[in-house]
Amino acid sequence: MLAVLADIGSTFTKMTVVDLEREEVAATAQAPTTIADINLGLQEATSRIEEHIPLPADRIAYRMACSSAAGGLRMVTVGLIPDLTGEAAKRAALGAGAKVVGVFAHHLTRKDMAAIAALKPDILLLTGGTDGGNERAILHNAAAIAQSGVRVPVVVAGNRAVADQVGDILHSAGLEVWVTENVMPEVGELNVGPAQAAIREVFLKRIIVAKGLDKAQETFGVVMPTPSAVLRAAELLSVGVAGEPGLGDLVVVDVGGATTDVHSIGDGRPTKPGVVWKGLPEPFAKRTVEGDLGIRYNAPTILEVAGRERLCRALGYDEPDWDAVVHKLCAQVDYIPEDERAAQRDVALARTAVEIAVDRHVGTLTGVYTPFGEMLIQRGKDLTGARCLVGTGGIFAHSGGARKVLEGALFDPQHPASLRPMNPEMRVDRKYIMAAVGLLGEKEPAIALRVLKKELPPL
Amino acid sequence: MAEENRESTPKGRVVTGVIGADVHVVGNRLLAMALERAGFKVVNLGVLVSQEEFINAAVESNADALFISSLYGHAELDCQGLREKCIEAGLDDILIYVGGNVALGKQDWAEVEKRFLAMGIDRVFPPRTPPKVGIELLEKDLAARKRSKA
Repeated sequence: MLAVLADIGSTFTKMTVVDLEREEVAATAQAPTTIADINLGLQEATSRIEEHIPLPADRIAYRMACSSAAGGLRMVTVGLIPDLTGEAAKRAALGAGAKVVGVFAHHLTRKDMAAIAALKPDILLLTGGTDGGNERAILHNAAAIAQSGVRVPVVVAGNRAVADQVGDILHSAGLEVWVTENVMPEVGELNVGPAQAAIREVFLKRIIVAKGLDKAQETFGVVMPTPSAVLRAAELLSVGVAGEPGLGDLVVVDVGGATTDVHSIGDGRPTKPGVVWKGLPEPFAKRTVEGDLGIRYNAPTILEVAGRERLCRALGYDEPDWDAVVHKLCAQVDYIPEDERAAQRDVALARTAVEIAVDRHVGTLTGVYTPFGEMLIQRGKDLTGARCLVGTGGIFAHSGGARKVLEGALFDPQHPASLRPMNPEMRVDRKYIMAAVGLLGEKEPAIALRVLKKELPPL
Repeated sequence: MAEENRESTPKGRVVTGVIGADVHVVGNRLLAMALERAGFKVVNLGVLVSQEEFINAAVESNADALFISSLYGHAELDCQGLREKCIEAGLDDILIYVGGNVALGKQDWAEVEKRFLAMGIDRVFPPRTPPKVGIELLEKDLAARKRSKA
């Protein structure tokens, strides 16, 4: 039997067929995404698959799709204190596979509401206050949203003492509301699962229809946003299933044209003795998205953030005109390198994006001098002990520079405070199948796990 | 409020922690346990806690009081400006108690206390004060506040 899995991206619809008995990828193909009628792109990709293998209806066990088309899942989050419920809400949304387009905290003003309206979010996540804690902020914000006239489904995940009241305020303004558990029930306790489940429900019930993705429903059920499928695959590969162990703590870097995503699976506890762990607890499966680091649309911002010298270092020789290079890439986002030097520039950009994205994802150690000597404070995840490092995205599928790009994620003795993986086994998603196999994990986790192990070979 | 009618309504909410570059973990932990046992809801921030962390936790949890421990002698420096920042953050009438080993050397306690009160700290406790004393005063202060609001 076969599973036909589609990843409907903003530019390409990528299709992967998994042979469920042989537990391997039988074929992959891609076709341009067709926003007006998503089915055309799916049909085209299917017929390209059929050039490799036949797809008789009686051999197809599953057809599933994930999507990041039509702008992905755009979310705005609202919390009270930026470092507490503000951060918890943002993490919940990112972990649900959303593109977080706006992060707000404290009391929403009319100006904030105008900004939110302009951002056109698909879902708004409203949080604030621990359970039994601050009530004023979330009540104020619910009223501000209700009065603003913004039409958006709202997931409420704040102080449970006023959750119903908040739901009523929004509901009576005609908004669709999902009330769920608090993302931060106590100071320092993260509870993102219920909010993520609610976000997924809204995605399935509303967003798919709103974006016209339901037209694919007759053939392919769109079951989740693409980033969330990648995160599922990462979690499966790390944790394993009953009777089949995973690979242990791992880090995935996903280098795209517009963003660089980093996923880490693991609790990230301090590995050194005597370290004090501060800040909000970290989600076991954590996703961060760097909206300024992408090797096409956002190549100019990589140059801006990293600087010319750093890119030349990554390249290994001097490139006098990075400005022209990045602007060309940005203007021609489907550009495929035509010669060796162009391919090397792509690798240098991707490596630099990975360096910076992983740096922002992992935890840090800071020394503080106390009367008892130097103490180390850890904020964020310690990933020095990660067992595995996976690269996914076009750069890994097409170029020979996979190792060079992945090495950008490694621990750097020059910057020991950045808690990056020290000695992980490196694996590469050569066929670009991670999202597809993450989808399969919904139905056949054990098979999906074995496919991942087989199709993401160590470098 | 609905909150008041819930069965396990705490007597009040208290944020505890050891302020500044101080890592003395034990006293603060005992204090947090004693507060919980006395029926308070406690948010314990542990050691090496900055003023901002105390304030952020108090805003989110709608705390009634901060119980600040300090054992390394720099409490006065570490607490400077805390009251003002609380007011900025909208914690207009939060109670701030400080205890532990709050002043270096052999200083006259009345003088030390005066300096802390002048900083806007509500109560300050000399070394070896049992948790019970602070808790009873907190109950008293909260009751008085309730009366004055009613």
